[in-house]
Amino acid sequence: MSTSLDQALGGPRWRRSWSYHATFYAQTWRGSVVSSVLFPIFYLAALGVGVGHLVSAHTGLVQGQTYLHFIAPSLLATSTMQMGEGESLWPVLAAVKWIRTYHAAAATPLEPEDILYGKLAWVVSRAFVTGVVYTIIIGCFGALHSWWSLTLPLLGALIALAFAAPLVAFAARSQSDASFIVIYRFAFVPMFLFSATFYPVSAYPSSMRPLVQFVPLYHGVALARAAAFGEGSPSAVLAHLAVLVVMSLAGIAWGRRTLRHRLVD
Amino acid sequence: MTENHIVTAHQLVKSFGEITAVDGVSFTIERGESFGFLGPNGAGKTSTMRMMSAVSQPTSGSLSILGLDPRTDGPTIRNRLGVVPQEDTLELELSVRLNLEMFGRYFDLSRRTVRERANELLEFTQLSERANDKVDDLSGGMKRRLTIARALINRPEVLILDEPTTGLDPQARHLLWERLYRLKREGVTLVITTHYMDEAEQLCDRLVVMDHGTIVAEGAPRELIARHSTREVVELRFGTDSHEHLHDALAPLAERVELLPDRVLLYVDDGDEALREVHAQGLTPDSALVRRSSLEDVFLRLTGRTLVD
Repeated sequence: MSTSLDQALGGPRWRRSWSYHATFYAQTWRGSVVSSVLFPIFYLAALGVGVGHLVSAHTGLVQGQTYLHFIAPSLLATSTMQMGEGESLWPVLAAVKWIRTYHAAAATPLEPEDILYGKLAWVVSRAFVTGVVYTIIIGCFGALHSWWSLTLPLLGALIALAFAAPLVAFAARSQSDASFIVIYRFAFVPMFLFSATFYPVSAYPSSMRPLVQFVPLYHGVALARAAAFGEGSPSAVLAHLAVLVVMSLAGIAWGRRTLRHRLVD
Repeated sequence: MTENHIVTAHQLVKSFGEITAVDGVSFTIERGESFGFLGPNGAGKTSTMRMMSAVSQPTSGSLSILGLDPRTDGPTIRNRLGVVPQEDTLELELSVRLNLEMFGRYFDLSRRTVRERANELLEFTQLSERANDKVDDLSGGMKRRLTIARALINRPEVLILDEPTTGLDPQARHLLWERLYRLKREGVTLVITTHYMDEAEQLCDRLVVMDHGTIVAEGAPRELIARHSTREVVELRFGTDSHEHLHDALAPLAERVELLPDRVLLYVDDGDEALREVHAQGLTPDSALVRRSSLEDVFLRLTGRTLVD
């Protein structure tokens, strides 16, 4: 629907929406940046060093790694997932219902798709930067074993997108935030705990393993470990990637519909 | 289609499932005029406005905005419009100035242009002193003015305002009206929806009266009053619940009598004369008021209902 004039003047219009989010964040980042550096350090110190001490006393290495090294990559996966969630539910419901800033944006040259892509592009860039910071911190704990670790920020961006895209779509069609709390309690918290985040999937009885492998975050955690340790078969890596890409694309397709319906119908 | 037609609508319909919000309206808005949509809540004004803003698409009928088709040229049209929605939709956590500057980015204006225009618009809306304050701390009238300033950041040819003064105190309303006159003098076409008849009379060169999704009258405010009402109105209050028994006594005194639950309206050319006759009949109302006819009377005449219930 974009006209050639618009293209000539400013490139794709979604960049304007991205720029809006970036400017907004530049005004409000101070609170979140301290926690986003301190959190991974606390987490690795408490679980990696503390619990890791017990684990090494009892079982030694986990999949050939110390416990700290084993859980460090999953920290990046869970944190970027949580960032994708945090950006997607309440902020989007506010923008379509409570403060209606997306409605204001829809009265400018932006189309609903531009608003969606700008938002998701912002989530992706923020997750990428978070990924860089986390990769550096994980590296400082000595938990990176392969050059593939350099792909961790990109992986973080993909994980954030895979969760943000369907959640933005869902929030765009919501009338209240009642369901968000249910999603948090019964989807995100269990996902955080049971995605082989803190122990390998082999810790589960074999009958339960397919269930864990069904959980979306599991694929992010598995990819993060594969990148940090430089191991994992190409077919397994591709399968994990495919899950996250499909989630992203399906979420985008759904979001185009729900946001258009909400803003312009 | 001449350059002077800002909006041309023909048999415009907007349905949401089973509900038809706008049911076949036709109108033309000329460049430089101030055009109003008057009607009660739920008359279809906002749905019409959203179509004119090239935001929502008509279900059927034809619509041309700035000579362009909103189905295919939405972004180009919206680039030349300013929209002031019913709710303020501002970023409450951010400063007044930043609200303007960030909105300017949506129109792909350079940072420098946006900064210059923000200064001008803050001046124009008398918000310069509050430029660095958080929007959350502003009064309702100031937020409204900021929303108008924001809608002007792209120097629109048309400013579309949906219920611009709902919820404002009288002083804030008058300040806002005064700013809107200024814009009109500068050549901006104004499109205003309102359910306040005084606002429509004050601001609009021409208006349509809407009810149940259709247009029931169209013209200049004075013209509509002359066509559908008498020169003066006598408002009588009797302090009784029913006025039916008064009808036969009052009917000969006026061109038309309206018996409302709380008052009786006599439509006459000379209010004082009619009031004398009421007293001569031996009737003793608790209160009596003689006033000029307004758009409220036009609406009552056309729909049998009052505008603000």
